[in-house]
Amino acid sequence: MMVAMTDQVSGIEGRGRYRALVLRRLLLIFCLLGALFASVAVDMALGPANYPLADVLTALSRPETVSDQLRVVIWDIRMPIALMAVTVGASLSVAGAQMQTILANPLASPFTLGISAAASFGAALGLVAGIAIFPVAVSYMVPINAFLMAMLAALFIHFASTMRGVTVETIVLLGIALVFTFNAALSLLEYLASEQALAAVVFWTMGSLTKATWPKVWITGAVLLFAVPLFARHAWALTALRLGDDKAASFGINVRRLRLEAMMTVSLLAAIPVSFVGTIGFVGLVGPHIARMLVGEDQRFFLPASVLCGALLLSVTSVVSKMLIPGAVLPIGVITALVGVPFFFVLIFTNRRRAW
Amino acid sequence: MVSLTLEKVGANYGRRTVLSDVNTGLLRGGGLTAVIGPNAAGKSTLFKRIAGLTSGPGTVHLSDAAKGPEGICYMPQDTGANAVLTVYESVLLSAKQGSGWKVKDGELAEIDRVLGELRIADLAFRDLGELSGGQRQLVSIAQALVRRPEVLLMDEPTSALDLFRQIEVLGFMKRLSAQSGMAVLIALHDLNHALRYCDDTIVISGGSVAASGRTHEVITADMLRSVYRVEARVEACSMGRPVVIVDGSL
Repeated sequence: MMVAMTDQVSGIEGRGRYRALVLRRLLLIFCLLGALFASVAVDMALGPANYPLADVLTALSRPETVSDQLRVVIWDIRMPIALMAVTVGASLSVAGAQMQTILANPLASPFTLGISAAASFGAALGLVAGIAIFPVAVSYMVPINAFLMAMLAALFIHFASTMRGVTVETIVLLGIALVFTFNAALSLLEYLASEQALAAVVFWTMGSLTKATWPKVWITGAVLLFAVPLFARHAWALTALRLGDDKAASFGINVRRLRLEAMMTVSLLAAIPVSFVGTIGFVGLVGPHIARMLVGEDQRFFLPASVLCGALLLSVTSVVSKMLIPGAVLPIGVITALVGVPFFFVLIFTNRRRAW
Repeated sequence: MVSLTLEKVGANYGRRTVLSDVNTGLLRGGGLTAVIGPNAAGKSTLFKRIAGLTSGPGTVHLSDAAKGPEGICYMPQDTGANAVLTVYESVLLSAKQGSGWKVKDGELAEIDRVLGELRIADLAFRDLGELSGGQRQLVSIAQALVRRPEVLLMDEPTSALDLFRQIEVLGFMKRLSAQSGMAVLIALHDLNHALRYCDDTIVISGGSVAASGRTHEVITADMLRSVYRVEARVEACSMGRPVVIVDGSL
C-alpha cells in the first residue's frame, strides 16, 4: 500500500525520535533503581544506633569481615524492615497502577476503593473479637482476616464495575461507600474493644514496618514476583485499555477476561501487604501517578516505574520516620503522606505532561 | 479480493434485541460501502457484530480473506483522549497487540509510513490529550490501518473533521481500498459523502435493513422520507454529481 493523502512525509525522523524516547525512559528507570538502592542502604544505616554508610555496605557485601553485632543488626533486624518497605511499597503502587488502568479512574487505589478499610476491619475482628474468618490457621488470624476482607472488597468493586450502566464515577462512589461502611464497623469494634485490644487496632491501622520478619518479606516479595510478570505479559493489552473498552476490543483484546484476571491479581497484591503492615494509604494512589508523569502509560515502562516509585516512596518514608524524632520510629502510615504530598505537588506543578 | 455477506445477522444486549435479520448482498473489497441511518439505528452494533465483538444470531460470511476473521478491524468512535500516550505510541500499541515487548525497526517503519500517508507525522510525539477531536480521529484511522486489515469497519470516521479533511480522508480511503482490495464499510451521516465516495449503501433503521444496494439507487427521496422523515430531493449538481437537497422535515 503506498497511497498518500497528499505530500508524503518522511518517516525516518519518527523512528529515531521513538528510539530516543525509549532510551530516555530506560535512563529514568535506572535512575529510580539507583535512588532505591541508595535509600535502602541509608534505611539500614539509621536506627537507635547509626552506622556509617561504608560499614553498612561492607556488612552487606562481606558480612564475614564485620563484627557480629553489626552483622546481626543489619541482616537480622534492619534488612527485613528495609526490604519490607521496598516490597510493600512496590506491591501497593503496582496494585494502584493497575486499578487505575483497568477501572480507567485516576482515584483508584487500594485505599480509596475501600480495600485497606476492609483489611483493617478484618484485622480488628481478630484483634478485638478473636474471630477467625478462616478458622484453620488461627495463629495467622489477623493477617488472614485482613487478607480475606480485602479480597472480598476488591471482588465487590470488580463485579460492580462489570455491571451494565455502572460508570467510572459510580465505582468511585461505591469505593467511598465501602470506606465509610468498614470505617463505621471498625469504629464500632473499637468502641467495644478492651483497652489492650484498642491499642493493638489503632497501631495496626497506622501501618508499621517494625514487625517485619523474613517470612513476611518472602511472602510479599513472592506475590510481587508472581504478579509483575503476569502484568508484563499483558503489557500491550493493559496499555490499550487506556484507549477505552471499545478500542481495546477492536485490537482483539478480550477486555472482560483481562479485567477479571488483572483485578484478581491486584486484589492479591493489595491485600497481602496490608494484612502484614496495616494501612498505608498514600503509596497506592500516588506511586503510579509519579510513574505516569515520568514515563507515560506504555506498560513496558509504566509497570517497572510504578514498582520503583512505590518502593522508593516507602523506603524514603521509612528513612524519614526514623529521622523525625531521634531514637523513635514513627508509624510509617502516618509519615507516608507527609513525605509524599510535597514531592507530588512539586511534580504536578512543574511537569508539563498531563498526569491523567 | 476479499468479500463479505451478512445472512440474518442480529445482535442482543442482554434481553434487548438491537439488531435483527440483517441481510446483505455481496460486499466486495476494492471500494467503500456506506452504512447510513438515523441515530441509534444500530450502525455501531452492526459493526461490532461483524467484528465479533458482540454476539447474536446469523452468519457473517467472509470470502478470500487471507487472515480470516482476524483481518476484520473495527474502528470505534471512542478515541481514548485520557491516555498518557503519544500518537506514535498509540499507533505502535495497535500494531503490537499479541506480540512481544521488542519493537523491530520494520514495525516502526510501518508506523512512519501510515502516519506519513495520513499526513499526521507532525503529531507523532504529541500526547493524545493535546489533540483536537479531528486529529484524534486521524490517529484512530492510523491505528486501524497499521494492522493492515482486509475488512475495515469505520464508525463515523469523519464526524469531527473539518470539510477539507473529510474530503481528504474519504478520497484517501477510496484510493486505498481500490489499490489494496480491502473492503471498507463506513458509517456516515453526510449523505452527500456517501453519494460521492461509496459504491454501495446499506440503510439501517430501527435495528434492521431498510434498504441496500448501489448508492445512487438507495439514496432517494422516498428513502429519505421514510427513514429520516425529511422532505428532500436528490438532484445533479452543476458537475453532474448527485446531491441531496433537504427542503424541510416532515
